[in-house]
Amino acid sequence: MTRKKAVAEATPSRPAPPHAEPEGESEAAAHLLELYRQMQTIRRIEEECARSYAQGKIGGFLHLYIGQESVGVGALAALRPDDYVIGTYRDHGLAIAKGMPPRAVMAELYGKVTGCSRGLGGSMHLFDVAHGMLGGYGIVGGHIPLAAGTAFASKYRGDGRVTLCFFGEGSVSIGSFHEALSLAALWKLPCVFICENNEYSMGTPLQRTMSVEDVSQKALAYGMARDRFFARDVLEVEHRIREAVDRARETSEPTLVEVRTYRFRGHSMSDPGKYRTSEEIEAQKKHDPLNRARDQLKTMGKSEDELAKLDAAIEEVVRDAIEHAETSPEPGPEILEETTYSGPFAR
Amino acid sequence: MPQMNMVQAINDALRLEMRKNDKVVVLGEDVGKVGGVFRVTAGLFDEFGDDRVIDTPLSEGGIIGAAIGMALYGLVPVPEIQFSDFIFPAYDQIVSELAKFRYRSGGEYVSKLVIRTPVGGGIRGGHYHSQSPESQFIHVAGLKVVCPTNPYDAKGLLLASIRDPDPVLFFEPKRIYRAAKGEVPEGDYTVPLGKASVLKEGKHVTIVSWGAMVYEALAAAEQAGAQGIDCEVIDLRTLWPLDIDTIIASVKKTGRVVIVHEAPKSCGLGGEIVSLINEKAFLHLEAPPARVTGFDTPFPYTLELEYLPLAHRILPQIVETAQY
Ligand SMILES: Cc1ncc(C[n+]2csc(CCOP(=O)(O)OP(=O)(O)O)c2C)c(N)n1
Repeated sequence: MTRKKAVAEATPSRPAPPHAEPEGESEAAAHLLELYRQMQTIRRIEEECARSYAQGKIGGFLHLYIGQESVGVGALAALRPDDYVIGTYRDHGLAIAKGMPPRAVMAELYGKVTGCSRGLGGSMHLFDVAHGMLGGYGIVGGHIPLAAGTAFASKYRGDGRVTLCFFGEGSVSIGSFHEALSLAALWKLPCVFICENNEYSMGTPLQRTMSVEDVSQKALAYGMARDRFFARDVLEVEHRIREAVDRARETSEPTLVEVRTYRFRGHSMSDPGKYRTSEEIEAQKKHDPLNRARDQLKTMGKSEDELAKLDAAIEEVVRDAIEHAETSPEPGPEILEETTYSGPFAR
Repeated sequence: MPQMNMVQAINDALRLEMRKNDKVVVLGEDVGKVGGVFRVTAGLFDEFGDDRVIDTPLSEGGIIGAAIGMALYGLVPVPEIQFSDFIFPAYDQIVSELAKFRYRSGGEYVSKLVIRTPVGGGIRGGHYHSQSPESQFIHVAGLKVVCPTNPYDAKGLLLASIRDPDPVLFFEPKRIYRAAKGEVPEGDYTVPLGKASVLKEGKHVTIVSWGAMVYEALAAAEQAGAQGIDCEVIDLRTLWPLDIDTIIASVKKTGRVVIVHEAPKSCGLGGEIVSLINEKAFLHLEAPPARVTGFDTPFPYTLELEYLPLAHRILPQIVETAQY
């Protein structure tokens, strides 16, 4: 696809590239079942995180992805295992969808030495190079130029990897977002910038922080391809992101994708959320992507029994992750020496 | 006199000054309708409206840069940065522009603003929500730096900061936002910038501290007192310009000094204070000046209570310095 064409088509473009998505009916159902499994695992893990947080077992800040699971799960389904993902502090869903073990995620949240960063990072800063999860970042927008860098390195090495960079619509107002898009477009980097527009930047709605309502327009000035759609159907997310990923992989061109979604919980656990009405939240919950996927699965012939079995298996994974986190030890202060510099340092 | 916590006292100061001076405007992320992440600006939006209490996009460089411009045009902006860890996207504006206006205009112009921002650890925020970057601003000539430790000082110092002719960074220790309570007079008063406060007099060891660690220094001083070591505790209140006279007077009396701060040890403000003591009171020293500080590491999530220089780490240093 030429750049010009991609820019012109803010609302693309079917059908899907035939090679990528499952064909047979049972194969399609199995695929959706897998995406549902991931979404439900994330949802249940986070519900339990909220409980642990309320009990004081998880400290600091906890930003839940509940309501937005279809974005991370759908998008990551379009990736190769060796592709890179980088995101914000709202990172539990991406980490699990990228294949990080729930045990390592939960232990990190608990600040335990068995966590993915040995308990030094906590909820907002999950990191696992082996799974291509290049981290959750707590400085809004700070990670977006990093994505241009990893995409540059992939291109330089010719390894065909794509970088998926996630951020919220609030991040679009900070300079580093624009610097990253500018570089990615200029250097034609294999990167997909995914703006998860959940309508609120902390307590401030989009119309009070941005002069336009369509975030994807930000791509225009950089001559970058763009797309914009709702995240209610996880398969639709996968399909649309795949177009951008293919563009990145095949022609080394970046895309800005605005995925419209909604978080069902507060910004973080400490947010009383008075800036939204309960009617608004209830109306949005009607579009819960998990219910949608469940209904689709039933239409595709999956029985209630089969789904209940899967849910039970997920409960076991969640229970195991929590038990692991609760019984693991905390790191000792000696860990700080080897994790700050490569050699000894003065205290 | 009403009892207030730090949040209420700072809110009271902002309200008072905004009523008095219509050039004062407040801007920042979620400061308006929401009233700020820590609720420090609560109620101001309703009283003063959206042209004086301005919700901004997530854009620290823009917030501070625009505030500098407003100030050049005679307004007195009081921008809020949600956590001092997020100030770095605006660091360029602060260092390259804000700090240099008086100098570059030959003394004619100043960009008068007060940047308010919560600082320090204590809420398990990890490496992006806990840092103490004060020395990174003190090292930039042209900025004043303030850090109150109790509601009375918070209100009086903020009013003084807003009326001071120079740009001020006003660091609010978040660990004691609600924990530090005290009587705060209604109405107008100021606490002068550049004046430390001696919280406890003593004759054996001087302890210099600021921010939330002042309470740890006081606790350690009390424990040392039980062992017969009589400590003098100084709360700096204004970090720059430094009230070196108060420190030197105390050190000349005790001959022994322990400096306590949350920021990493190396190149922290403590190092500068030690140098000044060496320059001005060398022959009065009975022991090497000591520092009890955060580690030279990122601020850790799990090990927060090891990292912070709490009383149990200060006490052994007091004893060692006293017995040297
Ligand atoms: C540079 C910076 N400024 C401010 C913050 C505080 N903060 C954290 S998240 C957030 C809102 C971000 O909203 P959005 O980008 O839409 O993402 P969402 O949280 O909705 O996923 C703010 C203001 C921060 N972490 N970093």
